[in-house]
Amino acid sequence: MNRVIPGYPLSLGITLFYLCLIVLLPLGALVWQALDVGWERYVAIMSGARTASAFRVTLTTAALATLFNAVYGLALAWVLVRYEFPGRRFIDALVDVPFALPTAVAGLALSALFVKNGWFGAPLAALGISVAYTPLGIAAAMAFTSIPFVVRTVQPVLEDLATDVEEAAATLGASDWRIFARIIFPAIFPAFLTGASLAFARSLGEFGAIIFIAGNLPLKTEVVSLLTFIRIEEYDYPAAAAIASTLLGLAFVLLFLVNMIQLWQQRRIGTGD
Amino acid sequence: MSDHSSPQPAATTSSATTSSAPFGAVSHPPARRIRVGDGPRTRALLIGSVLFVTALVLVVPLLAIFAEALRHGWGAYLTSFAAPDTQYAMLLTLCVALIVVPINIGFGIASAWCIAKFRFRGRNLLVALVELPFSISPIIAGVAYLFVYGAQGLLGPFLEAHDIKIMFAVPGIVLASLFVTAPFVARELIPLMIAQGSEEEEAAVTLGAGGWRILRLVTLPNVRFALLYGAALCNARVMGEFGAVSVVSGNIRGQTNTLPLQIELLYQDNNAIAAFAVATVLTAVALVTLVVKAIIERLDAARVKAQGRPGH
Repeated sequence: MNRVIPGYPLSLGITLFYLCLIVLLPLGALVWQALDVGWERYVAIMSGARTASAFRVTLTTAALATLFNAVYGLALAWVLVRYEFPGRRFIDALVDVPFALPTAVAGLALSALFVKNGWFGAPLAALGISVAYTPLGIAAAMAFTSIPFVVRTVQPVLEDLATDVEEAAATLGASDWRIFARIIFPAIFPAFLTGASLAFARSLGEFGAIIFIAGNLPLKTEVVSLLTFIRIEEYDYPAAAAIASTLLGLAFVLLFLVNMIQLWQQRRIGTGD
Repeated sequence: MSDHSSPQPAATTSSATTSSAPFGAVSHPPARRIRVGDGPRTRALLIGSVLFVTALVLVVPLLAIFAEALRHGWGAYLTSFAAPDTQYAMLLTLCVALIVVPINIGFGIASAWCIAKFRFRGRNLLVALVELPFSISPIIAGVAYLFVYGAQGLLGPFLEAHDIKIMFAVPGIVLASLFVTAPFVARELIPLMIAQGSEEEEAAVTLGAGGWRILRLVTLPNVRFALLYGAALCNARVMGEFGAVSVVSGNIRGQTNTLPLQIELLYQDNNAIAAFAVATVLTAVALVTLVVKAIIERLDAARVKAQGRPGH
């Protein structure tokens, strides 16, 4: 502990007070409400057809969105780190658009693009694919809002990757694909997994972007965050508490997973593996 | 080690400072450094497909917002802003941002000061707590606040007895926005202040400077760009927050409607032009934020090149 620099009690005090008031008090209240529901009622709420369907829809569309971002995010990070081309800085700056753009605006734009006579919707309709007001639309909204996660976690690791092993493998005659699969991908895998988990977590809780494009039909295109919102509007607080606390639990599990991945990554770097 | 403990991806101020490892470059002449994927065909294929997808998923949506807003020309676009409810929503959003951003700048500085300058038990837990709101759905945040300050909430009876209204009123919007954007400034400052170390502050102490003087004259000038970027991002997020605010605001037109909620209302009213017109304002805020970021990163990179140390 640094004894020279002043301000330790004050800064720690402010931080703890603020976190308790702004973060821990509301989350505590949510858990308290959820515990108040009781186990039997909780099971009844969660196994109800509408709730179960909302979780199924949310989990599958989030998985689909994360799959898209795993592939696109990895390719984008690779292109930004490995190649010099005109417009590279511009693309790099664009990656953060989904973080800076309000989710409601994103949802509005996506719904305008994907409706039947929209810029994307019209050509897709000719192919017999409809995105707006279907689960595909939900996945598209989730994919858009979580684009930066994989890119921004993989990018710094790819930048710091030592080139000696890669070059040694090349001089020994290994093919590009083999070097990527055996040397580069394992090195960036923890970061990649972290990014994908964060993207998945973000997709599970997404609300604003989805409701504009999803159609929001119960049992078909209703996501968990929207169902929570509807239960609140109906003053069904036990159901809202049960659903929200389950979503919160999922977020904590994913957060724990990300921390485990990062410990694993640090240990690997630490042993020079 | 705690440099890299942040699970959040957008800590680009620190990624801009890391240069690629020097291995190999010394022992090999540049001509032999052909790396994986440097073949002309792979390169063209990868760049081409990534640019194509990026244009579709990141550029076209931005263009669509402006195209839809201007569908019936500038006249219709500009009259969208004449509606009193829309003007009120703008004013309210601005006021909420003016309250929330300074508070979260203060929190960001305080938390970065104790986390970066001192070692104590539970420090890693504190870092995780500071970043926790990032991982929580805004809807959960809204519902959680309702369970504290709503009529049936923890403090509901007390608030009712004293006639204090927090939910479905402006204080609720401010509180929910504080929750959602709490980590933004802190996340930019913590890794940078850890990387910069404490030598300058220690020198200032030996010269007899007090804590506030050190903060004002030594620490803050050293992190001013990261602080500015964190504040800009915090501001963009406050102005655009939808999920948490829609739970706690009650959507009362002309009273508790912020800009994103106004967009939804206009859209439901089948007033698409106005909805997109309001959306262009928030899009402009987002784009300005990204331009600020790009400028800061460029300044930072130039400084690292000149001084060989992480960014001022």
